[in-house]
Amino acid sequence: MKPGARVRIQRADFDLAAEIAALRAGDAAVGAVVGFVGTVRDRNAGGAGEVQALELEHYPGMTEKAIEAMIDEALARFDVRAVRVIHRVGPMQPLEQIVLVAVTAANRGAAFQACEFLMDYLKTQAPFWKKEATADGARWVDARVEDDEALARWGIRAGNAAASARTGR
Amino acid sequence: MKVRVRYFASLREAFGSEETVEMPAGATLGELRDMLIARGGAHAERLGRDRALRGALDQAMADEARVIDEGAEVAFFPPVTGG
Repeated sequence: MKPGARVRIQRADFDLAAEIAALRAGDAAVGAVVGFVGTVRDRNAGGAGEVQALELEHYPGMTEKAIEAMIDEALARFDVRAVRVIHRVGPMQPLEQIVLVAVTAANRGAAFQACEFLMDYLKTQAPFWKKEATADGARWVDARVEDDEALARWGIRAGNAAASARTGR
Repeated sequence: MKVRVRYFASLREAFGSEETVEMPAGATLGELRDMLIARGGAHAERLGRDRALRGALDQAMADEARVIDEGAEVAFFPPVTGG
């Protein structure tokens, strides 16, 4: 994966300022940059300190294809200049960064919208799974119906948390 | 025909990361799921029709009505939770 790629899946942390500087470098048509960073919480349904560590699994190959496809969709829907998505995998601790979605555009409206669209899409369509370590043992994180509803705002049916149980045909 | 079936997250822990499954040509992803459920045991429990489950065909999210071609890569996994 070259540093300038639109999608990077990596174990290492990332530098928000360096990524944004690279994304908008030399593009004087850019007037707006939006960057979203997701971080590891120390709690989920429970109290502070409940989550001691996080392990992120993914489906190598499919993950990159899924995110590339959602970036193509964002570029078709919104008037944006450039997009970069970085998602970490492997073991992580609370307070660490997990995901970056950065978007450049001429104007802020498109940049904000594209960034939110990409995160809504990623939450329900990119093959990542979180496993939390707690004092009671490790557990896989449950998908949230709210994330399906967030994608539905853009006219896309997520079918993730509410994955259907229907038969083949 | 033979297809490669991969599993991720909780399904990988239960079944291992992949297996090769012999199945009839022209079968769908949903029919493959039913074949695996018919084995009983952990497969019946974890792939059961009461479980939220997603499938992929050749590394793209796929509907259960999709027909599986010879040599395809199939995957089953729980709802995704990245981001």
